[in-house]
Amino acid sequence: MIEIKELTKSFGDLQVLNGINIDIPRGMIYGLVGRSGAGKSTLLRCINGLETYDEGSLVVDGVDVKSLSRKDIREFRKDIGMIFQQFSLLNRLTVYDNIALPLTCWKYSNSYIDHKVKELLEMIGIPDKINAKPRELSGGQKQRVAIARALTMNPKLLLCDEATSALDPKTAKSITALLNQINQDLGITIVIVTHQMPVLRSVCEEIAILESGKVEVSGPVEQVFLQQPQALKNLIGQEDLLLMEEGINIKILLSREISSQPVITKMARELAIDFMVLGGEMDNFRNNKLGSIIINIPSEHLNQVKKYFADNNVIWEFIERNGQSSAEAG
Amino acid sequence: MFSNEFWIEWLKYFDKIVGPAVFATMRMVGATMILAFIIGFGFAILLAIYGPQGLRPKKKIYNVLEFIVNTTRSFPALILIVAISPITRMVVGTTIGETAAIFPLTIAGAAFIARLLENSFKEVDMQLIEAARSFGASDMQIIFKVMVKESIPSIISIATLALIGFIATSTLAGAVGGGGLGAVALNYGYQSFNNSILYTSVFILFIMVQVVQSVGNWWYKKSL
Repeated sequence: MIEIKELTKSFGDLQVLNGINIDIPRGMIYGLVGRSGAGKSTLLRCINGLETYDEGSLVVDGVDVKSLSRKDIREFRKDIGMIFQQFSLLNRLTVYDNIALPLTCWKYSNSYIDHKVKELLEMIGIPDKINAKPRELSGGQKQRVAIARALTMNPKLLLCDEATSALDPKTAKSITALLNQINQDLGITIVIVTHQMPVLRSVCEEIAILESGKVEVSGPVEQVFLQQPQALKNLIGQEDLLLMEEGINIKILLSREISSQPVITKMARELAIDFMVLGGEMDNFRNNKLGSIIINIPSEHLNQVKKYFADNNVIWEFIERNGQSSAEAG
Repeated sequence: MFSNEFWIEWLKYFDKIVGPAVFATMRMVGATMILAFIIGFGFAILLAIYGPQGLRPKKKIYNVLEFIVNTTRSFPALILIVAISPITRMVVGTTIGETAAIFPLTIAGAAFIARLLENSFKEVDMQLIEAARSFGASDMQIIFKVMVKESIPSIISIATLALIGFIATSTLAGAVGGGGLGAVALNYGYQSFNNSILYTSVFILFIMVQVVQSVGNWWYKKSL
């Protein structure tokens, strides 16, 4: 659906995008992540031509965005909906008129507009707010209205620019659930720009991590979280761990297969060793749970434990006392 | 002091001089408002389109427009009326009277309105304009359906402010041959030592400003 090749863009001397290569298949929910200033929002805006790019190509549905004239780009944007962090609704218009705005701009008939707006209001679940003004709505409801407005032209693609960043975690979750539903029911490809990990984990199938204008890591979200590449660690920040002075600290990554088994207690029984559990976390992903556990084992048992991990296909790594993960891992 | 004779005298002046002057002021201010608003609005739209943060930034055009607005704004109203009197004579044919006053008042008013409207258009959230772009709105649609539409409450308060300002400058025009309440207050009141005419004019101006402000406030609230 979207093919981005060697895309570069600079604002004056500042190189914002530096050779981006991304392929986004049709029907996927794709996440673009990175810290502030990594270029993710600029990249998103290049997709619907709100920003121009310098070099490279960006092809959406067989059309190179750069080749479009001012007039053509308006037509092109009909197929691409977009939602924003601050909702971007017109404060003086009712919910109905806000959702109808794209349709009135494209001069659709009133009866079609009426039908479409009511249908979308049902879908976003707030049909009773039809005549409310945006200031009477909560943040989550505003974003729902913005989503409805983005869907009025029956787009093939929906771009979300930090769409949940201004919302509390619970509301953010309901918005991501709505995005999931839209993706499944309408088959719309969705590209999400965010810095919120829970959003990434709960909706994205694949992600790309951007660092200073480059794609550092990309791939299926579970794979990226299991491999814990440096770019991901940079993004999440170092965990504050209370590590033991003695023994060896090991982080065990719980993949889909491993997390469904009592792997830790089984190891204790089978190897007849004692160890301490220092921390752990489990997170919900789109379709399953992934997580990690940090344990501390006495040095003399290291080889035994290593062998056990190898036999049971457990992914693990050392953690140094300064918080860095060691290169030696399995 | 307020004897029957006083009131008879007052009524005579009111009927012959003050009353017609009220209508002259209203015509002058009304015509200025309509013309200045149309011109100022046009300028503000152009400034918003070509401005540095505008829809289609064009530095040269913006600088020319900006120069025109700033130059006009830098003249105090009374000086502007006197300074452009040769142009007024060319356009209107005379520099005396109501119609002649409308021309300089419109020029000064248009620049004032243009600057204020430009500022309120600039305050429309950039993301809102991006959102409109993202669903394929044309530049004209963005201006009228988004920027102007969102700015309506502030357009109303700008209009109120401008109208009250025009009432004040119209009296200045009166001082240099413009007619209206200003001329009456000065010529028949102040310079003829006739306090009843002077303060009657002042009182009528006060009422006019109050009415404009109240209507403006009511309309502003309604538009929110």
